[in-house]
Amino acid sequence: MKLKSILPVALGALAIGFGASDLRAEPVDDKLIIDGEKEMITRTKAPEGHPFDEVLSGWLFRTPETRAMEADSFQNPAMLYVERGAEIWNTVDGAAGKSCASCHGDAAESMKNVGAHYPKWNAAAGKPYNIELQVNDCRAKNMQAEPYKFDHADQKALVTFIKHQSLGTPMGIDLSQGEMKSWWEKGKDLYYTRTGQLNLACASCHEANAGKYIRADHLSQGNVNGFPTYRLKQANMVSLHNRFRGCIRDTRAEQPKAFSDELMALEVYVTWRGTGLSIETPAVRQ
Amino acid sequence: MRDTCKNGLIGAALLMAVGTSAWAAGPVGPNDVKFEDATVKASLTGQPGDAAAGRKAFADKKLGNCLACHKNSEMSEQLFHGEVGTPLDGVADRWKPEELRAIVVNSKQVFGPDTVMPGFYTLEVGTHVAKNFQGQTILTAQQVEDIVAYLGTLKE
Ligand code: HEC
Ligand code: HEC
Ligand code: HEC
Repeated sequence: MKLKSILPVALGALAIGFGASDLRAEPVDDKLIIDGEKEMITRTKAPEGHPFDEVLSGWLFRTPETRAMEADSFQNPAMLYVERGAEIWNTVDGAAGKSCASCHGDAAESMKNVGAHYPKWNAAAGKPYNIELQVNDCRAKNMQAEPYKFDHADQKALVTFIKHQSLGTPMGIDLSQGEMKSWWEKGKDLYYTRTGQLNLACASCHEANAGKYIRADHLSQGNVNGFPTYRLKQANMVSLHNRFRGCIRDTRAEQPKAFSDELMALEVYVTWRGTGLSIETPAVRQ
Repeated sequence: MRDTCKNGLIGAALLMAVGTSAWAAGPVGPNDVKFEDATVKASLTGQPGDAAAGRKAFADKKLGNCLACHKNSEMSEQLFHGEVGTPLDGVADRWKPEELRAIVVNSKQVFGPDTVMPGFYTLEVGTHVAKNFQGQTILTAQQVEDIVAYLGTLKE
């Protein structure tokens, strides 16, 4: 940040992306404390069997401006989506005449820490569920409302709101339930499978090259603890499966459908890779 | 009739994609490139490359996109050089043209199967290739030659 003080902002951004190798090579040594009160775990010891010694939040790889935006909830543009999610939570929808609150009451209590432990085995469906699938189940079965289509604005807002009730809670999923272990295995296979014309696996970028720049992007470990995240590039919330699909598209491969078995397996495995990191939803990313 | 049309189209698409070896004077197809001790001796097109065109293809995000992974001081007018691969400054002092050609055609033949560098003129690619890229190489034979010619100018 020495550079920033002597250069205009635009040049500062340039210098960070280009040439200033002391600034760019490693994740920063910085603490994420939301509103000066709530400290997030952005680095932690990796679980057993993990390829890294230390698990790092994507926040550590972002620019000082982006990091500051996430640390201040008044500056964080995604807090608007949390508010919108709260509105939806309390709004009656569907033939049963119910809102989420009709059954779940105050989300600050009923949803506290819930999102940190998803995906979770769903015995009735015989597969892991993420929050999106659980919400759609409640809408269909409990409210007699239409399930949300993938990436509907209300789906993103509601999931952001629910995940935000776990802000600061370490991520951790229960692999002992149902067939979670075999989904984890399948996700691991996919993580190391090279796809597309460019012949790259998730691991080619987020494991072999974490900490390096790929063109203008500082590669992180690709952790999921901030999702849905606010992406400055898109000026919008980005869901996890949207991000997965984008990364796969960039290898010039066919993109699996959102909530397909492939992407659910990846979600299980990649969530495990971030074990112990705080939920940062809504995180701010470039 | 319909079938013939369809086959004709597929045939034409293949010819274009593969930059066929069926035409006597045409470039070597990606499956016919001969590697000898991690080199490709002959020009894929029989023609010398054009370094100026190669410089453009090197930077073009839809073609070589080499800057995504490589720093190249000769292109300092371009912002944001990646650092996944080795900086290419002085690369022509380290590698002969026939080695550079082998690296660009299929880097795995030179660096082994674990390299993250894509193969730019090979059909040995990843799974689930998107429809619009199936059966195609990232670069044409001439673009490979052009880039090899450009790399040949990177001396220190
Ligand atoms: C008619 C009552 C009812 C309504 C309305 C309802 N739910 Fe549920 N919800 C349940 C029940 C019962 C469960 C637990 C059993 C299950 O999995 O179905 C549950 C489970 C959940 C869970 C998982 C909790 C956990 O601990 O894993 C989430 C998240 C959730 N609901 C969100 C919502 C949202 C968001 C809405 C509004 C769109 C909603 N629910 C509407 C009854 C309801
Ligand atoms: C060509 C390199 C590349 C490949 C291959 C790739 N990604 Fe990414 N990914 C990126 C870049 C660049 C970003 C944005 C910067 C960052 O956080 O690394 C990103 C971001 C992410 C993020 C968001 C991280 C955060 O902090 O918000 C996740 C999650 C992710 N990738 C998962 C994956 C998964 C899963 C795969 C394999 C299916 C994959 N990526 C394959 C380049 C890649
Ligand atoms: C996805 C990243 C990536 C892209 C894109 C890429 N490379 Fe590479 N390249 C690498 C890596 C990594 C190495 C180091 C070899 C290894 O894997 O050990 C390398 C090595 C090289 C070398 C050998 C350098 C030396 O001095 O040893 C040359 C030459 C080269 N690349 C040329 C190119 C050209 C030309 C392009 C564009 C047509 C390109 N690369 C695109 C990743 C990439």
